[in-house]
Amino acid sequence: MVATRETVEAVDEAVGKYKYGFSTDIESEKAPKGLSEDTVRFISAKKNEPEWLLEWRLDAFRRWLNMEEPDWAKVNYPKIDYQDAYYYSAPKSDDDRPKSLDEIDPKILETYDKLGIPLVEQMALAGIAVDAVFDSVSVATTFKERLAEAGVIFCSFSEAVQDHPELVRQYLGTVVPVTDNYFATLNSAVFSDGSFVYVPKGVRCPMELSTYFRINEADTGQFERTLIIVEDGAYVSYLEGCTAPMRDEHQLHAAVVELVCLEDAEIKYSTVQNWYPGDEDGNGGIYNFVTKRGDCRGDNSKISWTQVETGSAVTWKYPSCVLRGDNSVGEFYSIAISNNLQQVDSGTKMIHLGKNTSSRIISKGISAGRSSSTYRGLVSVHKKAEDARNFTQCDSLLIGDRCSAHTVPYIESKNPSAILEHEATTSKLSEDQLFYCRQRGLDEEEAVALLVNGFCRDVLQQLPMEFAVEAQKLVGISLEGSVG
Amino acid sequence: MLEIKDLHASVDGTPILKGISLTIGDGEIHAIMGPNGSGKSTLSNVLAGRENYMITKGSIIYKGKDLTELSIEERASAGIFLAFQYPTEIPGVTTMTFLKTAVNAQRKARGEDELDAVKFLKLVREKAKELKVEEDMLKRPLNVGFSGGEKKRAETLQMSLLQPSLAVLDETDSGLDIDALKIVADGVNRMRAPDRSMIVITHYQRLLDYIVPDHVHVLAKGKIIRSGGKALAAELEASGYTDLTESAA
Repeated sequence: MVATRETVEAVDEAVGKYKYGFSTDIESEKAPKGLSEDTVRFISAKKNEPEWLLEWRLDAFRRWLNMEEPDWAKVNYPKIDYQDAYYYSAPKSDDDRPKSLDEIDPKILETYDKLGIPLVEQMALAGIAVDAVFDSVSVATTFKERLAEAGVIFCSFSEAVQDHPELVRQYLGTVVPVTDNYFATLNSAVFSDGSFVYVPKGVRCPMELSTYFRINEADTGQFERTLIIVEDGAYVSYLEGCTAPMRDEHQLHAAVVELVCLEDAEIKYSTVQNWYPGDEDGNGGIYNFVTKRGDCRGDNSKISWTQVETGSAVTWKYPSCVLRGDNSVGEFYSIAISNNLQQVDSGTKMIHLGKNTSSRIISKGISAGRSSSTYRGLVSVHKKAEDARNFTQCDSLLIGDRCSAHTVPYIESKNPSAILEHEATTSKLSEDQLFYCRQRGLDEEEAVALLVNGFCRDVLQQLPMEFAVEAQKLVGISLEGSVG
Repeated sequence: MLEIKDLHASVDGTPILKGISLTIGDGEIHAIMGPNGSGKSTLSNVLAGRENYMITKGSIIYKGKDLTELSIEERASAGIFLAFQYPTEIPGVTTMTFLKTAVNAQRKARGEDELDAVKFLKLVREKAKELKVEEDMLKRPLNVGFSGGEKKRAETLQMSLLQPSLAVLDETDSGLDIDALKIVADGVNRMRAPDRSMIVITHYQRLLDYIVPDHVHVLAKGKIIRSGGKALAAELEASGYTDLTESAA
């Protein structure tokens, strides 16, 4: 114990020094390469964080040092050298951004066109200094005013730390604890930025919240941290990500999302993930190791996850619900598409703790090329969870004969009153269906897109309207070149 | 419209069609009859361009062009329509969505504007009413859980929306009771036009009582062994295929 105290004191002293040291160097763009306590302190200092948050990060970092990278997922990737990476870089200033669409990779622009994204939005997505193109401020301000009127807080995580530290401190790490898993712990130590949402008691958030509105405000970087708190009787629908292909210089992404859902509250969280999957030989894609969890803390609360996963070279992601409150409901709707050499290991965990809790899992996996797709899910009913119910449906669709699909459901029930149903199917895209569609005039890619959208229909229907239309197109684009 | 000369084709290496010649003029309806395994369905698949059906000899000229150079979807957009004997189920895609996708895919391929949603809806409702296709059926996934009659009505509805130049009806009567057969035949007859030809493939003469052909051909062992007028169908019904096929052998 004494030794620990000494360490802490030594660290405190070091903090003082580093703070001083860095204060002269505060304009530097990047933290030094590699991961150490210094890096963590640098990030915290850059963000002008309160002492408790620095301590929280440092605690995470120290624990991370003693953890091992998990290897149970059905994914393969070269060993990551955590010392050979940068953990903080300041958001790009407008001077560094491309000035016009002429400077953007034509392939990306082609995809924007296929998705039907308006020109102005294309510019914003491509990271062009939007102010140079149009005045985005007025749009953003209108949204902010409407939200403020309703009492909803929607801002970047960094802003929340400055403006609402008491809320952040009360809820941060209460759903995904610091020690939850290797990647979550890493995120806790070095998270860069993310989103913060707070919906007060009884308020129905007047609009769908999308990180997209903040597109020009924050470069959230590779270690995103999101915290959403919805109080009693309140409701929010949150859209994360974007159908447009996102390129990023960082290969490793380890985000953490925490949802806190109190009594009679509801959170609908929709994601479209389309990060760079690598080229056809699997080079250069993003590793996406995400921890997403929602806590149905109050009675009669409901959390619904909907995800469309088409990007990244390696996906490791299990958006989960802890059904703590009585009568709480958890839902997970997922479409995971893998092509070329992509690897997906994704699913959900439904932890039934309260009475009369119910959960529903609909997972649609589509594998093409030489990809591998695994559904991994846990349905766990604890002793006191009387009358818990779960329905799970996992469907896999194979395109071609070099891909693979796997279903790994874990079911644990410690209460005999539980009713748990599990259905699973695996099918191949049939030559008969393709011929039929083509005989009606659809070309091969249109036919695949139509058939796969049909296969995913149950999940697509869960997406908010404007997201659903883009997601449908994205399904087709993701599978281009997968047949023939 | 269509000129087939000395057509030989094989499926997965097995020769099925062994020298078919057939000329179909504009606006004509030709019935192709024959016993099971005579090559009737192979002929329809070859015309549609299905991939594992290999043409080994002969030619198919459609509207003055070599049909074999076109892909499946190019043939469709050029006006060739195949009404399937066993229409494939398309789970999760409503009949309405499928219809719209198909019509617009063909319009796009021909360089025409896509139909707007309101106009299209009106058109579909009109055609659906003629074929006694209920509104509810349009909202269900195409062919999924459809009865035999519903499937064939859905095929006919697609045909009437796509307005093909050459329609190939493959065993359209199979699985239909007499009432359903009449509805489908009415739909087909409404589409008779001077610039539209049809090939009606059937095992039985029954269908030809309702869709009256201009010419009847008998196909056996991959060859047309006899051709004649509509009376030939009645003759076949009386005598059966055995006499004919044996005398041809």
